[in-house]
Amino acid sequence: MSSKSGMFGAQGSGDTSGFGGLVRTAASTGSSERPYGGYFDDVADDLERAYPEFSDAIEQVVVDRGELTLHIKRDRLVEVAFKLRDTPSLRFEMCLGVSGVHYPERIGRELHIVYPLLSLTHNRRIRLEVSVPESDPHLPSLVEVWGGTNWHERETWDMFGIIFDGHPGLTRILMPDDWPGHPQRKDYPLGGIPIEYKGATVPAPSERRSYS
Amino acid sequence: MTQDIYAPSQETTEGRVYSVTGGDWDSLITEIGQTKEERVVVNMGPQHPSTHGVLRLVLELEGETITEVRAGIGYLHTGIEKNTEYRTWTQGVTFVTRMDYLAPIFNETAYCLSLEKLLGITNDIPERASVIRVLMMELNRISSHMVALGTGALELGALSPMIFAFREREKVLDLFEMISGLRMNMAYVRPGGVAQDLPAGAVKKIRETVTELRHNFKDNEKLLIGNTIWMKRTQGIGYLDLAGCTTLGITGPVLRSTGLPWDLRKTQPYCGYENYEFDVVTTDTCDVYGRFLIRMQELEQSLRIIEQACDKLDNLVGQPVMVADKKIAWPSQLSVGSDGIGNSLEHIREIMGTSMEALIHHFKLVTEGFHVPAGQAYASVESPRGETGVHLVSDGGTKPYRVHFREPSFNNLQSISAMCEGSMIADVVAAVASIDPVMGGVDR
Amino acid sequence: MRTSGVVVDWNGINSMGLEEKLPAGFALTTVENLAGYMRKNSLWPATFGLACCAIEMMAFGGGRYDAARFGMEVFRASPRQADLMIVAGRVSNKMAPVLRQIYDQMAAPKWVIAMGACASSGGMFNNYAIVQGVDHVVPVDIYLPGCPPRPEMLMDAILKLHEHIGSEKLGVNREQVIREVEAAALAAKPTHQLKGLLA
Repeated sequence: MSSKSGMFGAQGSGDTSGFGGLVRTAASTGSSERPYGGYFDDVADDLERAYPEFSDAIEQVVVDRGELTLHIKRDRLVEVAFKLRDTPSLRFEMCLGVSGVHYPERIGRELHIVYPLLSLTHNRRIRLEVSVPESDPHLPSLVEVWGGTNWHERETWDMFGIIFDGHPGLTRILMPDDWPGHPQRKDYPLGGIPIEYKGATVPAPSERRSYS
Repeated sequence: MTQDIYAPSQETTEGRVYSVTGGDWDSLITEIGQTKEERVVVNMGPQHPSTHGVLRLVLELEGETITEVRAGIGYLHTGIEKNTEYRTWTQGVTFVTRMDYLAPIFNETAYCLSLEKLLGITNDIPERASVIRVLMMELNRISSHMVALGTGALELGALSPMIFAFREREKVLDLFEMISGLRMNMAYVRPGGVAQDLPAGAVKKIRETVTELRHNFKDNEKLLIGNTIWMKRTQGIGYLDLAGCTTLGITGPVLRSTGLPWDLRKTQPYCGYENYEFDVVTTDTCDVYGRFLIRMQELEQSLRIIEQACDKLDNLVGQPVMVADKKIAWPSQLSVGSDGIGNSLEHIREIMGTSMEALIHHFKLVTEGFHVPAGQAYASVESPRGETGVHLVSDGGTKPYRVHFREPSFNNLQSISAMCEGSMIADVVAAVASIDPVMGGVDR
Repeated sequence: MRTSGVVVDWNGINSMGLEEKLPAGFALTTVENLAGYMRKNSLWPATFGLACCAIEMMAFGGGRYDAARFGMEVFRASPRQADLMIVAGRVSNKMAPVLRQIYDQMAAPKWVIAMGACASSGGMFNNYAIVQGVDHVVPVDIYLPGCPPRPEMLMDAILKLHEHIGSEKLGVNREQVIREVEAAALAAKPTHQLKGLLA
C-alpha cells in the first residue's frame, strides 16, 4: 500500500545499522474466502442471485474487522447499486455518503471511492469500493440511485478531483468556486505557515520532523 | 466599468441585482414593482442571524412563495480531515472534536470507536470507560438539544425559551467542566477509554443536576407545547416523508419524525447501550412540530440514561478507565498543581523512579503515538442530529492515512430544497431550525 | 495617557463634528470623556458568530454571564446598526471576503474583537483553508485567546475594550496619538529579532 522511511539516519552513506535504509511497506488486505461470517454470506449470495454477472463486476470481497467491503468495477457500479437498493432481501435503502481516498503509490488505481450502505429493513451495513486511476478519474454518479449522494459527490470532486459522470451539477462545494487544485490529495500541500515567535520559528505541521 | 459591491443596485448578466443592507424598504419595493420581473432571487447570505451558522441560502421567490432554494456551504471549511493526516491518532481527537462543536463528545466517541475497531480492542475497553462515555454522550445530547430548541425558538421570535434553554445548558456545562476540565471541545474521550476518571463527588453532583433539569425542562414545555402561535408556525411546515428521508440519507430526529423508530443506540448498540432502558421517541407528522416534540422528549430519555449510568458507576468504583494494553493506553494522569495542570506527582514518581517501561511507554506514546494495523473501518454513533459515522483508513503508521466524517448535518441539510420549495420565507427559517445543522459539521 | 496599540483611522472620517474644531484643552477633553462614556456603555455587537466561539458568545448573551448589563444583549443583524464586531470562530478563505464586506458596511466608530485562537492567529488550524488571523482582513482592537474562551474571558476582553473606548482621543489629540503610535511602530524591533525564552 504505502511505504515509509523515517527521517532519522544517514542517507547515501555506509550506514549498516538499518536505520537509514529502513523502509517499511504496509500490505493491504487481500480478498477474503468464503465463509465470510455473519450476514455477509447472505448478502453475497443474494447479490449473486439478483445480479448474475456478479463475478464480472466484483473485483474483490474483503471481510476485515467485522465489515464487508465489495470492490466493484466502475462501469458496473450503477447496476449493482440498483440491485442492492431494490432487491427485497438486500434493501440497502440508505447510502451514508461518499468518501474518497488517495493512494499515490498504487499506479493505475490511485483514487478509491467508498460508499457505506445501510439497510434499515435488515439492519445491515456493507461498504462498496471503486478504484479509478488518476489519469482517467471518471465514474458514474449514483445520484439516480440514492439522492443523498449529490452533495457527497460534489465534495469528493472538490477534494479529490474525481469526476462523477451524470451528476446534475458537479461544482465545488467546500472550497471557493475558483479554487485551483484538489486539497485532500496527497500531493497537495497542507498549506500551513511557519509560526514565528520571539527568537524561534516553529515550522508548519507538514514540515516537522517525524521518526516513524 | 468597475463594480461597486456596496451599490444599492447594479446590472448583471442575470438581470438587476439589488443589495439590501438596512436601508429603506419602500424604495426597493417600488423599484422592483416597476420591473416586469416576477421572479426575485434573494440571497440569505452567510452572515445572517437565522441561518444557524454560516449557511448561505439562495431563494428564488415569486411573491412570498419560494420556487427554488439552494444552499451554499463551505464557509466554515477548515480542512480538519487533511490536518489529522499530519498528527498522531490521539491528537486527532482534539481536531475531530471541533467539527460538530455542539456535540463534541459524539465526534470523539465515533472516532475512537472506529479507531478501536481498527486496533481490534473493542472488547477490551473497560466497562467503567464505556459507562462514562455513555454518561458524557447523554449530557452532550441534552446540551445540544438545548441549543437547538433555544436558537430555533429565537429564530421564530420566541425569546424566553432561549434564555431558559441556555440556563439549563449552563448546568450541563458545569458538569462537563467538573469532569473533563473544559466546557466545550473537551478532547475527553480518547482511544482506549477516557482521558481520566471522574473526580470525587461528580456522581452526586450529576444526580442533583438531573433533578434540577427535570424540574426546569417544564418551563420550556409549558411555554411552547400547545402554544397556538408556535403550533401555527411549525405544524405542516418542512414536510419530508420516509421516502424522502431514505433517499437523501437522513437520520436522526428528522427520520424519527416520519414515524420510523430508527435509533442507532437501539438497533446497532455501541458502548454498552443495550444495557440501558430508554425509549426511542418518534412522531408521525413529518413536520417541524414533530421534530421539536422529539427533541423535547429525548431530553427526558437522556435523563433516564444518565441516572442509570450513575447507578452503574456506583458499582464500578475503582475500575480502570483506560484499556489495559500499555502500548495504546494514554499514559499520563493529570492533576492540578501549583503551576497549572500537569502530570500528577504519583505518575511522575512512577515513571522516573519505579518503572523504566512506563517511562518508555509515556515517551513513545506522547511523541510518536501508537501504531495502528493497516486497513479501514467505519463506526457510527447516534448524535443529536443523526448518524455521525467515521471512516478511518490506516496504513500501519502512527498517523491516520485518511479520516472521513459522515456528518449528519451534511446530509440533513441537503433536504432543505425538498422541505422548503413551495412554502414561504418564514417557513425556511423554521425548517432550517428543525434540521438543526451545525455548520462546523457540514463543512468540516 | 497611554498610547495603546491600534488606533484605527477609519476611512474618510473627516467629520465636521464639534470635536474637530476644538483646540486641545479643557473643552476637547470634556468632549472626549463624554463621547467615550456614551460610546462604551452601549456597544451593540454585530452577529459574526462562525464556529465554536459563537456558542460561548451566545452563552455570554444568556442568563448567567449576562451581556445585557453592559447593554450588549442586542446582537444586531444589520451591520449598519452595530458598533462592535466580535469575530467568533475560524474564518475560512471562502468567508474572508464576506467578513471584510460586513466590516466595511459597519458605520464608524467601530471596533473588532478577534475572539478565540482561530480568529487571532488561525489557531490549531494551520492549513490551506483558514485565514491565519483575521488581522489579515480587518484591523483588530482586542485579541482574545482561548479555544473557546470562556464567557468570562470574553467579558474581560469587552471590559478592556470599554476602557480603551472610554479613553479614546478625538480631534487634534487623536491626530497626535496616531502620529505617536506610527512612530513607535516604525521604531519597534521586529518579532523575529526579539529574544524570548526560546532563543
